[in-house]
Amino acid sequence: MAYVDAVVQGILLGGLYALFATGLSLIFGVMRLVNIAHGDFIVLGAYLALVVVQATGLHPFASLILVVPLMAGIGYAIQRGLLNRTLGPNLLPPILVTFGLAVVIQNGLLTLFSTDTRRLAAGPIETASLSLGPISVGWLPLATFAVAVVLILGLELLFYRTAMGRAFRATTDDAEMARAMGVNTRHVHALAMALSFAVIAIAGVFLAARSNFDPFSGPARLIFGFEAVIIGGLGSLWGTLAGGVVLGVAQALGAQISPQFQILAGHLVFFLILAVRPRGLFPRME
Amino acid sequence: MSDPILSVHGLNAGYGDFQALFGIDLALAEGSLLGLVGANGAGKSTLFKAILGLLPRGREAVTFAGQPIGHLRPEAMLRLGLALVPEGRRLFRSLSVEENLQLAAQGGRRGDWTVERVFDLFPALREKRHSPSQSLSGGQQQMVSIGRALVANPRVILFDEVSLGLAPIIVNDVYAALPAILQSGISAIVVEQDIERVRRMADTLVCLNEGRVVLAGPSADFTKAQITHAYFGG
Repeated sequence: MAYVDAVVQGILLGGLYALFATGLSLIFGVMRLVNIAHGDFIVLGAYLALVVVQATGLHPFASLILVVPLMAGIGYAIQRGLLNRTLGPNLLPPILVTFGLAVVIQNGLLTLFSTDTRRLAAGPIETASLSLGPISVGWLPLATFAVAVVLILGLELLFYRTAMGRAFRATTDDAEMARAMGVNTRHVHALAMALSFAVIAIAGVFLAARSNFDPFSGPARLIFGFEAVIIGGLGSLWGTLAGGVVLGVAQALGAQISPQFQILAGHLVFFLILAVRPRGLFPRME
Repeated sequence: MSDPILSVHGLNAGYGDFQALFGIDLALAEGSLLGLVGANGAGKSTLFKAILGLLPRGREAVTFAGQPIGHLRPEAMLRLGLALVPEGRRLFRSLSVEENLQLAAQGGRRGDWTVERVFDLFPALREKRHSPSQSLSGGQQQMVSIGRALVANPRVILFDEVSLGLAPIIVNDVYAALPAILQSGISAIVVEQDIERVRRMADTLVCLNEGRVVLAGPSADFTKAQITHAYFGG
């Protein structure tokens, strides 16, 4: 029964990893941009929520009303003002620039907030749980998973059912022709980054409600996000959710064997899947 | 003749340090068809890219409806009324047939051409409207590509080698749509390898060789031999 419990907890943990990964998957899908600062932006979102909560007294989840649009605005500005200039046939310039951004964010947060670990107090939901026979499931992990599913569903609808999604896909397929068809691709790229940052804001608040964070918590979130994206297959958001779940379950089962084995088990399963299916479980991209 | 709808003056353009076009002049009269011929590498596609702003060019180098447009970005061209049917069709692969058309309709001008009217012109596309664009035959893809230009209700369409890679009978089908397009008041520049076809269709002929205009004038003024001579740069 301990293993069944571990699998269930792992699946729900996968929801958090999917939240880390969705923004990453989205912008790689739209513009082949690898955002090395993704994890640091999640932590930036967490600190932003912390400031909003302290200033307004709002509940962490209610603070999203402010944090999501703020982060989306930051994402739009960074893409339009900085990252659009790095896009081209070469994947390296955006990687270098976002690596630089990661360093700037970490040290900026260090200066403003010191190395003290922080946490957002979410109240009773943190410890409340639901009994499912012999297993009990925490409400917060359940909510995290549900939010990840709803977000991915929403993004899929946006991509495949709206004019904006049509412009996203056309820009991905052939940016030059998209421009000839009247699509402002610089604006489209910035909108994609804004969406990515809206998801980052949500991921940041859930991270902060579930665990401690400090200015250097970002890189580990980036790794989990990357692993979920690669396991799931590039370009597929549902694949990203599946990748998060695989990673979460691997870690939870690893922890059953030995607590020190938790993170390593996730990495091992990642390598195993990379060896057997180099393009991931559900690749959509060539 | 009335003022040209589209004209190019002393246009120089290229890729980075490589200059592909040298002092190009041409004028497209409203409601007319201009045939653009030249060997591979003569600069025909480059000229289209430069007109559309996909390559840098001078502000005064391109004039559309009396206004200089050389400083405008490519995404502004379709709204002005300048559409492209690109070489190789270049449909958006992750968009359905209908979505390809809707995207262009959204980026273009309002007018008589709608997605439904394109389906009237090319009935084969109607039943394929929800199919992925890549699942169509080459000829049908070319119809989508032309339809994509039409739904934008342009004043000028630039056709780049619409016959490339298509069977001759399909090419005839595709070109059969051209008179209806011109009758709806659209002017066009057509790049085509089949010199005889161009000479029959076009009001005006321009021949490029190594990035320069080597022959220009009313099609009726030239014999096939003269065009061929200019084409190969004799």
